[in-house]
Amino acid sequence: MAQSASAVAARRETNATRRPEYGRRPRFRLSTLMSIIGTTPMIVTAIGVFVICIIYSGVLSFTDSRMLPSYNFVGLAQYERLWNTSRWLISVNNIWLFGLLSVGLSMVFGFLLAVFMDQKIRHESLLRSIFLYPFAMSLVVTGLAWRWMLDPGLGIQSAVQGWGFENFRFAPLVNANTAIYGLIVGSIWNSVGVTMAIMLAGLRGIDGEIWKAARVDGIPAWRTYIFIVLPMMKGAVFTAFVLQCVGMVRVYDIVIAMTQGGPGIATQMPAVFVIEHITDRLNVGLGMAAAMMMLVPVVFLLSLLAFVQWRGRVAKEKAL
Amino acid sequence: MQTSVSIRDLSLSFGNTRILDKLNLDIEQGEFIVLLGPSGCGKSTLLNCIAGLLDIDDGEIHISGRNVTWAEPKDRGIGMVFQSYALYPQMTVEKNLSFGLRVAGFGKAEIQERVQRASEILQIQPLLKRKPVELSGGQRQRVAIGRALVRDVDVFLFDEPLSNLDAKLRSDLRVEIKRLHRKLKNTMVYVTHDQIEALTLANRIAIMKEGEIQQLANPHTIYHKPVNLYVAGFIGSPSMNFLQGAIQHESGANDPLFVTDSGLRIPLAGYPFAEAPDAGLPAVLGVRPEHINIADDNRPLPFQQQVEIDIVEPMGSETLVWTQIAGQTITFSCDSDVLVEPGQTVTIGFDPVRASVFDRESTLRL
Amino acid sequence: MTQTIVQPEATAPLDRVLSGPRGPRKQQITMARIGIYGFLIIAALFFLTPLWVMLVTSLKTLPEIREGGNLFYWPREITFEPWVQAWSSACTGRDCRGLQPGFINSVKITAVATVVSILIAAINGYALSFWRYRYANLVFGILVFGAFVPYQVVIYPLVVAMREMGIFGTFPSIVIVHTIFGMPILTLLYRNFFSSLPPELFKAGRVDGAGFWQIFFRIMVPMAVPITVVAVILQLTGIWNDFLFGTIFAGRAHMPMTVQLNNIVQTTTGIREYNVHMAATMLTAAVPLAVYFISGKWFVRGIAAGAVKG
Repeated sequence: MAQSASAVAARRETNATRRPEYGRRPRFRLSTLMSIIGTTPMIVTAIGVFVICIIYSGVLSFTDSRMLPSYNFVGLAQYERLWNTSRWLISVNNIWLFGLLSVGLSMVFGFLLAVFMDQKIRHESLLRSIFLYPFAMSLVVTGLAWRWMLDPGLGIQSAVQGWGFENFRFAPLVNANTAIYGLIVGSIWNSVGVTMAIMLAGLRGIDGEIWKAARVDGIPAWRTYIFIVLPMMKGAVFTAFVLQCVGMVRVYDIVIAMTQGGPGIATQMPAVFVIEHITDRLNVGLGMAAAMMMLVPVVFLLSLLAFVQWRGRVAKEKAL
Repeated sequence: MQTSVSIRDLSLSFGNTRILDKLNLDIEQGEFIVLLGPSGCGKSTLLNCIAGLLDIDDGEIHISGRNVTWAEPKDRGIGMVFQSYALYPQMTVEKNLSFGLRVAGFGKAEIQERVQRASEILQIQPLLKRKPVELSGGQRQRVAIGRALVRDVDVFLFDEPLSNLDAKLRSDLRVEIKRLHRKLKNTMVYVTHDQIEALTLANRIAIMKEGEIQQLANPHTIYHKPVNLYVAGFIGSPSMNFLQGAIQHESGANDPLFVTDSGLRIPLAGYPFAEAPDAGLPAVLGVRPEHINIADDNRPLPFQQQVEIDIVEPMGSETLVWTQIAGQTITFSCDSDVLVEPGQTVTIGFDPVRASVFDRESTLRL
Repeated sequence: MTQTIVQPEATAPLDRVLSGPRGPRKQQITMARIGIYGFLIIAALFFLTPLWVMLVTSLKTLPEIREGGNLFYWPREITFEPWVQAWSSACTGRDCRGLQPGFINSVKITAVATVVSILIAAINGYALSFWRYRYANLVFGILVFGAFVPYQVVIYPLVVAMREMGIFGTFPSIVIVHTIFGMPILTLLYRNFFSSLPPELFKAGRVDGAGFWQIFFRIMVPMAVPITVVAVILQLTGIWNDFLFGTIFAGRAHMPMTVQLNNIVQTTTGIREYNVHMAATMLTAAVPLAVYFISGKWFVRGIAAGAVKG
């Protein structure tokens, strides 16, 4: 024992003489430098893309840029022109209609499916796979498949007519008034499964005691679902909702695959409008004005969200 | 003799909150120091500062005579054992032990030898090829200690290493750590909120509150001569009884008296005052429950009083009794063989020499 | 204790989808029970029909389709010719090499972009959890905001920047674009994962003398396997299914499969070969579908993890 103690002491001595002192604050730590180097892609992306690129888009929307960026500022002329362009006005109408209906229906059917899936049914995992697989497919594939199904001459319409229902009409894509509903069908087919999965996770996350309590109180199951369970799973509902909304502003793919904005300009969408103006139509100024308009609802919703969260925090602090 | 760890005027703030304020602490070579306090008292923060895991705002830290205030953790000559042990889950015990050495670029033979030596000391040779999931709590702890051992460090830092465990295992491992300290003779700094751990393990205990060390002393002194009301109340379970009152001098008598607010007079004959207190000074008298006894006619205590028993709590080895003296609730413990019942009247008493008297204003011991 | 490390908190609650039903108990066969199964079966038919139609169409001869054969019927005569054509000889304009080049491009793009984007996001998440330098959280906040920004807002400036750098329309440009737009969600995913680990593991690594990269590669990466599986699924399907970036950034030489598929189907010259189109569509969907069926429950986690951004 004594020996090992002296060995420790000896080692300490050599340590003390060998190792340097660290009395002065280092100007920069190697690890900080490394963490900055390691996250350089993030810094470049955040600042370069999500700050500078957005600002640059904003700047270009005040210019008369055609194919290449120009810095001839024309004030709000592009915005004025934008709101006088029927193609844009239709786009805006369409995105509202499309957004409300496809998000709304996706939420309703997603919730219904989740509730039905929660009834101790057989083959649950098989059904889940069936409901969810469309989400694995791209919107281009979705769009092309549904375009074929909705083909007026060879699709569902003619198949059902072939069964003897001569007056059956179901070919929304060829009619300017109904084409948008065709898009909605495709979009819902792709996305309901995800909503269902998230809602089902929400349902299963709720304390099982609720059912006992509801049964003791004699509340019918459907009332329990709507008035007790649904409010309890608002986290899942919110998640599904945000996921759908974020998808909405990016509907480019399905429109291109199903209708290419047609017939005529009946199914134009802002996302398509912007891309067409910076590519084929060579009007970057107008396209950027449209892009900035797309940013408005996003910024508005995020600010609202931030405000609600801030209010919640303040309320919580007051309560404490 | 050169100190092992020396902390001078250490200050640290998080934002506007001062966590540590001009803290000083000197730890001797080979000493087992326990930093004890409630959560949020800054004890873990202090340990992290010593380890170099937190940058301090002001002050100096010396370890083994070197100024390491701004050194990287690995250059400080410290090893650390964490609450969850923080063993790398995907590495075997052997790899866990040798990780630091491999990082430092030691040769294979040297690593082998050091791992061998550490695992011998800790008796974990059979476990070397296992993964942490396959180990019991005690084995994990030994591996965690081994990780510090292989690096030949001067100072071991323990951050609440037993808090995650159940009571039984905790007391086993406590003994284990104590045995290790005797064997290794390294300096150990141990953070806990468990006073039993502190009292059983420490050479000296530093009781902390709001970033300041309240008392730094050996367990006996901490327990029997707490420097202030806070330490007195914090240490000991069941906790110390406090009677509110004032110091009085009686004409003719040498020793002062303690007079409770309701007028009960308690003689303080033989109480070792640091300096004679002024008459009329508002004070608090503290007596530990086990220092109050049921009076024995053959050996009368300097202070005795008849009380009516309120509540009786049998604890197995002893019985805790609740009652009132001078209108203030107190508890005392007695042998579990003594049968007492609520409503019963007994005479209890204590020797003021074993009590503590505090200035009510400054809360300091008189 | 170590179990919780292997099973990350970040994804654990999402497994609830996979646990048993918890709804009100239902008894024998009742009308309600029949209604439930009726609804579910109709829903299942709705979801399966397009896949069925795609499959049977792709196996029919063109005359059978054009002569008004029923869309839903099994082919009178099965032919695999459309699949062969779709793979190797379908035309996009004058280019008649089928989907093959697009498939190879998509494989390349998906493989490289998945690895690069996940590696970068893992480093970001790690640094944000353990090495918070000043302004790191501000940068992260901007990045999360980026998750909600419509692509259209930043695409044109990116085109300009890449043209200036001379990489527009090249392989690196499409990889960079996927890395950029995958970064917000993946970084969030990894940050949440690493933040759920006990910080003591990181401290132990530092006491052992490991630096930024050593702690990352030797301690954190081996523990991040579960979350990385989720990230890989997310990126594999996401990048493979991308259409917009492929159209704009990939250029002719690196055109991904989805873009080529759309070009083949939308080509208006000549007779529309519906059977070839459907075979091509199925070929394009094959990879993500395979990922979906192989990954099973992990896919659900991936979706829900992607939803974490809400």
